[in-house]
Amino acid sequence: MDLILNDKQEFATPVPDFAMESEGAALKRRPARHLGHLDALESEAIHIMREVAAECANPALLFSGGKDSIVLLRLAEKAFRPGRFPFPLLHVDTGHNFPEVIEFRDRRAKQLGERLIVRSMDDSIKKGRVVLRSENQSRNPFQSVTLLDAIAEFGFDACIGGARRDEEKARAKERIFSFRDEFGQWDPKNQRPELWDIYNTRVHPGENIRVFPISNWTELDVWEYIAREELEVPHIYFAHTRDVIRRGNGLLPVSHLVELKEGEEVENLMVRFRTVGDMSCTCPVESIAVSVTEIIAETAITRITERGATRMDDQTSDASMELRKKEGYF
Amino acid sequence: MSAIDSISFDHSELLRFITAGSVDDGKSTLIGRLLHDSKSIFEDQLSAITHTSSRRGMESVDLSLLTDGLQAEREQGITIDVAYRYFATPKRKFIIADTPGHEQYTRNMVTGASTANLAIILIDARKGVLTQSRRHAYLASLVGIPHLVVAVNKMDLVDYSREVFERICKDFAAFAAGLKLNNIAYIPMSALNGDMVVERGDKLNWYKGMALMDLLESVPIDHDINLEDFRFPVQWVCRPQTEELHDFRGYMGRIESGFISVGDAVKVLPSGLTSHIKEIVTYDGSVDDAVAPQSVTLTIEDHLDISRGDMLVKTLEVPRVGREFEAMLCWLSEQSLDPRRKYLVKHTTRTVKALVSRIEYRVDINTLNHEAVDTLKMNDIGRVSLKVQQPLAYDSYQRNHATGSFIVIDEVNNNTVAAGMICPAKD
Repeated sequence: MDLILNDKQEFATPVPDFAMESEGAALKRRPARHLGHLDALESEAIHIMREVAAECANPALLFSGGKDSIVLLRLAEKAFRPGRFPFPLLHVDTGHNFPEVIEFRDRRAKQLGERLIVRSMDDSIKKGRVVLRSENQSRNPFQSVTLLDAIAEFGFDACIGGARRDEEKARAKERIFSFRDEFGQWDPKNQRPELWDIYNTRVHPGENIRVFPISNWTELDVWEYIAREELEVPHIYFAHTRDVIRRGNGLLPVSHLVELKEGEEVENLMVRFRTVGDMSCTCPVESIAVSVTEIIAETAITRITERGATRMDDQTSDASMELRKKEGYF
Repeated sequence: MSAIDSISFDHSELLRFITAGSVDDGKSTLIGRLLHDSKSIFEDQLSAITHTSSRRGMESVDLSLLTDGLQAEREQGITIDVAYRYFATPKRKFIIADTPGHEQYTRNMVTGASTANLAIILIDARKGVLTQSRRHAYLASLVGIPHLVVAVNKMDLVDYSREVFERICKDFAAFAAGLKLNNIAYIPMSALNGDMVVERGDKLNWYKGMALMDLLESVPIDHDINLEDFRFPVQWVCRPQTEELHDFRGYMGRIESGFISVGDAVKVLPSGLTSHIKEIVTYDGSVDDAVAPQSVTLTIEDHLDISRGDMLVKTLEVPRVGREFEAMLCWLSEQSLDPRRKYLVKHTTRTVKALVSRIEYRVDINTLNHEAVDTLKMNDIGRVSLKVQQPLAYDSYQRNHATGSFIVIDEVNNNTVAAGMICPAKD
């Protein structure tokens, strides 16, 4: 197929080899191999999802159509098939999402035959629950209002999300089962100790738990898993030509939400998105990666380049580094 | 494409480790050094700490800044207990549970250590084995971390002296022998200068063992999980009740230890009923065998009443089943243990009401002496007798971490108040 997926245990079937091992007179069969890291991470995530299903009264899985939540859906399939998901999918739509991502979201939910609940920030704005300074302002910070309203409306006591600890410093210190008070707030000083993989899921009415089954995954793990499982992701994750402007250190996609400032010029560049969110603040990176394999290479190569183990040639873009900076290690 | 060709994505294993030591021992510098020399730091991070270092008037980059806390922590003068950090080399993927050294040390170290394959205990070469090092070694033995690395740091400050290193090794080994700690590796290093962390450097040529990174990349972890005793706590029962799967009844869970094959005789605990494995179902198709820690779905030959909280085991590898046992408790809550109160114990997938019927003793973790007490306070470790309302299927923690561990929950405020490790039976 291609050079990366060749002969790697990682991408082979997750069933371990068994070796015959002599033990005294009797032959005893024992597993001969440790699980690969993706298999270990996958099993951990499946275990977490099943704990949520079994112990929480009314959970939901947050599905945005982005790559992390796409991985969550596959993990839910692995956890619950041949049964149905014991929870609905919930999307908080900022109203500023990329149309192709929304189309993908609906199609994927339909393929799975699972229930999708969409709650829109436009409704929160109409109801006066969210007040924006300007129409084109980024809506990311206000998503939580709509989310909390949805939690209250349906009485969800647990929301499964796709956050990862490698994303930023605060996440690095968050539990897998992250307890929230009645206002949906996280109190970093007052987290429940989390030992072994025994999770305390208990909440009082009105309180809520956010659960992050892929806490221990890195961005590279997510892409490797997408490759292994041959998961479809929205096209905007792959390199395509797009009208962009340069602003700050990054690129901004031209849309009806972006007003050109003086001196800014529209350029047509080959770019891809590393995250998909609110159109007004999600920045693409220059890239030539048109396949998952090439994205994995770009994601990994940042580190490889720095360690000097591999000489990068002109074919490779600086995409990974660019966006890492943009996503900010503040 | 030759550049891409040479990149290995095949991190075949995942190693989780914890670093024990205080800031003074150079713990942050060591983690910073591991991340830096394994090229796991991105340029922007590096330029940020370079900038901060020079602003603070330092001559070289202070790598300990990499593990500096959140802004909120600095502003409020608080420390959040465990931070997880990730890095990978072509050989392995690593997760570091980074716990702050001073405050609430016992609670933090036990939490971080509970999932670790390996602990690095840092010792300042100038100071040698201190009370603190003994405490770390005791906690490592209590939580049963399979591999231990004693990192004798700051060798640059003792002229890279072989005698100093060997004396510290001898001291530590003498203490460790009493704790039944095996698998200890001793490494002299200077995290500050990078000697024997990732690179060997040229100052410690008398040391012939592995540098820390070589050891982290190669320490065998296949047998950290118990592969002898099959233990399968049922998490969720799958009954699709669709037309084509009308009679399907699958027991979903994770194999916590051991392995299982189609046709194996199994026993359901606590009921004691027996059957045989009919099928091992996964999303990717049915398989003949499965091994810990895989998550699978099992079907059995007979119709038995099995639900969440039950445990499937092989008929020839049975655990104890009972309502009374002794355990080591590490108390985690600011509210002390109240022996008059009922608590909840969550053990595998079963949650039961529990009573501490007796506190046998508290361990002074500095001297390892036993003390008679009538309560356990936060950061205390003690041996207790427990009575639970319904029977549990358990092993000693020593034999099986997954079926020998539990958490204690306060029913009133829902907090996790203690971590428990079941002791081997006395008889």
